[in-house]
Amino acid sequence: MKLKENIALSESGFLFDPNSGESFSVNSPGKEIVKLLSEGKSNKEIESYIVSHYDTDEKTFQRYMDDFMHSLRRLNLVENDDE
Amino acid sequence: MMMNKPTYTIAVTGLNNTDNPGPGIPVVRGIRESEKFNVRIIGLAYENLEPGIYMNGALDKTYLIPYPSVGIGPYVERILEIHKKDPIDLIIPNLDAELYTFMKAEKTLIQNNIKTYLPTLEQFEERQKTNLNRFGEKYDVPVPKSKTIASVNDIPDLRDEFDYPLLVKGKFYDAYIAYNSEQVINHYNKISAKWGLPVIIQEFIKGTEVNVAALGDGEGNTIAAVPMRKQYITDKGKAWSGITLGDKKLLQITNDLIKKTRWKGGMELEMIKTNQGEYYMIEINPRIPAWIYLAVGAGQNIPEALVLMAMGEKTEPMKEYEIGKMFIRYSYDLIGNIGDFEKLSISGEL
Repeated sequence: MKLKENIALSESGFLFDPNSGESFSVNSPGKEIVKLLSEGKSNKEIESYIVSHYDTDEKTFQRYMDDFMHSLRRLNLVENDDE
Repeated sequence: MMMNKPTYTIAVTGLNNTDNPGPGIPVVRGIRESEKFNVRIIGLAYENLEPGIYMNGALDKTYLIPYPSVGIGPYVERILEIHKKDPIDLIIPNLDAELYTFMKAEKTLIQNNIKTYLPTLEQFEERQKTNLNRFGEKYDVPVPKSKTIASVNDIPDLRDEFDYPLLVKGKFYDAYIAYNSEQVINHYNKISAKWGLPVIIQEFIKGTEVNVAALGDGEGNTIAAVPMRKQYITDKGKAWSGITLGDKKLLQITNDLIKKTRWKGGMELEMIKTNQGEYYMIEINPRIPAWIYLAVGAGQNIPEALVLMAMGEKTEPMKEYEIGKMFIRYSYDLIGNIGDFEKLSISGEL
């Protein structure tokens, strides 16, 4: 799963989809995850980054990550790697 | 080498800068920003309280004109009367209900050295809401299923052809969603009383409305095109805020349509984008839209390009614009003098 091309992410955590004109705001860990997705990082790489930088474990992270990815998919902000 | 800029006298309509604004003032703003020519702007107003008349710096002169419903003869007579006193180089009509009259009068206007830059009557007619199905077939563009009705007796049978909810639309303006035949009857009565018959019944396509302001040169080339999505909509369905989009597919659809129809003049393409990413054309407005100043702000001065093309200047297609540029309307109380209102009311000019 990767972030769609052209999605703009600002330092403040403001996400803008130029294709739909929709904008969103994400919190600090959300911003880091979106940034890592835009760099093409895998789920495993994102997990290890978040677990080493935040007070959480793998299991808790994956639960929240699944929800977060579901939201990104629903909002058309991510696409499959082969798209 | 220093070149002298020409000065054009341009007349515009659509000065009703209300919560359902006409495009006149935004068009004037774009034109006034041109560095290629100087302008003198003549406002043509239907009502003496159209806000554009009283906006400082917008118009150099205003004349009252009769509504197009008086007939082409008296309407053009008034335009020529103004022209005799205050010669006009170009008229930019900005309201749907007057376009037919201007197209019909085009020859007379040209004979009197007044230019226009309008679609042809054929282009105008075939994109009428009442002809949407045929338009979609002819130009291979998906459109929602539409049917015109001219009697309340046609309403009960709609359930055989359409699923509810559906849209009830006026031939010029207004669209309401109806969830059952009683609501269709209500909307039908309201719309037919205001805009006349027929009334259009249209399939409701779920999705996001996206619009494109564009300009065609009449030879199939797109001179300008800026897509926008409304971010805030008034209770009349008008954009109170909008943002430019980087939607390549939407631009492609626009270019294809302008190419196939050989569209001449300004247009607003109204589309619905479904959640599955399909695009349905719901309407082409055959004129510059009221949100045109967003296109100017994003880098494509469509009113300026229209003036240049109308004056016979070669204009290169504009391809770039800024994505994510926004507009937000606001209301503002202008303070006017009774003397100005009196002058316009009594003499028909200000």
